[in-house]
Amino acid sequence: MLESLARLGHLGLDALARIGRGHLLLLAILGGLASLMARPRLLLAQVYNVGVLSVLIIAVSGLFVGMVLSLQGHYVLSQFGAAESLGVMVAASLVRELGPVVTALLVAGRAGSALTAEIGLMKATEQLSGLEMMAVDPIKRILTPRFFGGLVSMPLLAALFSAVGVMGGYFVGVGLLGVDEGAFWSQMQSKIDFREDIVNGVIKSLVFGWVVTWIALFEGYDATPTSEGVSRATTRTVVHSALAVLGLDFVLTALMFGD
Amino acid sequence: MNRLRTLEILVGAFMAAGFLALFFLAMKVSNLSADVGGEGYRLQARFENVGSLKVRAPVTIAGVRVGRVEAIDFDQKRFEALVTLRIDPRYRQIPEDTIASIFTAGLLGEQYISLSPGGSEVNLADGGMLDHTQSALVLEQMIGQFLFKKAEEG
Repeated sequence: MLESLARLGHLGLDALARIGRGHLLLLAILGGLASLMARPRLLLAQVYNVGVLSVLIIAVSGLFVGMVLSLQGHYVLSQFGAAESLGVMVAASLVRELGPVVTALLVAGRAGSALTAEIGLMKATEQLSGLEMMAVDPIKRILTPRFFGGLVSMPLLAALFSAVGVMGGYFVGVGLLGVDEGAFWSQMQSKIDFREDIVNGVIKSLVFGWVVTWIALFEGYDATPTSEGVSRATTRTVVHSALAVLGLDFVLTALMFGD
Repeated sequence: MNRLRTLEILVGAFMAAGFLALFFLAMKVSNLSADVGGEGYRLQARFENVGSLKVRAPVTIAGVRVGRVEAIDFDQKRFEALVTLRIDPRYRQIPEDTIASIFTAGLLGEQYISLSPGGSEVNLADGGMLDHTQSALVLEQMIGQFLFKKAEEG
């Protein structure tokens, strides 16, 4: 009886300690911003790793998501004689939800896992301790550029996703299904609001970029320094990022578009 | 140095593509290009019933969008809805005896305000009040009246 109670307490304290370590790490990462400003080249390499290398998967997924949205939306809307609203439907769902969320999920899988594995291996092979021995702060040198690289890349990738998706929806809707081109764009422009929809989408993807890279970096930095530990940490990154993104998306949507 | 240069070019291209996508979303997908922004002058109108009129609904004259609904308030003294319209500054000449009506776009569409210009020589100034208004048609009321009339006829 007491034994199981103690185990439960141990679990709770462990979880709390992890959360605490995560926040301390985040503070340390943010504290490295000033030294990152002095060496922007470090950021460049990470924007390349997270952003440029993700462009292909983001663009292709965006295109197909937009095309499928257009196909399915047309099926429902044409039953109500409102096929002209297809543009609104495609653009609103992309800009508000799918753009930021799917981009964050893809980045978590494509770049987040790589970040965790990289940092976990650096820890396992004692490269991080090596840096410390040379009086180089591994958090400032390794983690901070990766964090801001992810933060910068995510909104740009999400915008790319949405834009490509709208074009995909346009090709299928106007080119294939014969929706009127003028109505497609003009209805979209009259219903999609810049501040309400687009800026809120960008805010969402900034939050997701923050959370996904934070989780990836923390899991890597906190991984047990063995090959098994790194592999577990990588899995946890993907699972936790996906859960965090979906959960946060609900909260953000309720706050932004709730009324 | 060469490798760094390629890296810089690729990252630059990525960022340019990202900002271009944002620009595309802003100008082509959203209403930023067509928005009257903070400019424009305001007109007010009182309605007995605004139905499901929403803030940001279009204001049209002869079917052309000339502005948007900026605010909908309740006038506690007169028990009427007070609607503030923001009109694009390009459309300065709206006669003072203009009629404002709330219409519905299509059977199930959203409601908007249509202005039918009168014949007066005097134009409304900023903050002017549209005195002649026609409320929104509420479907339930119409059905109720119709049934009542049918019942009366026997």
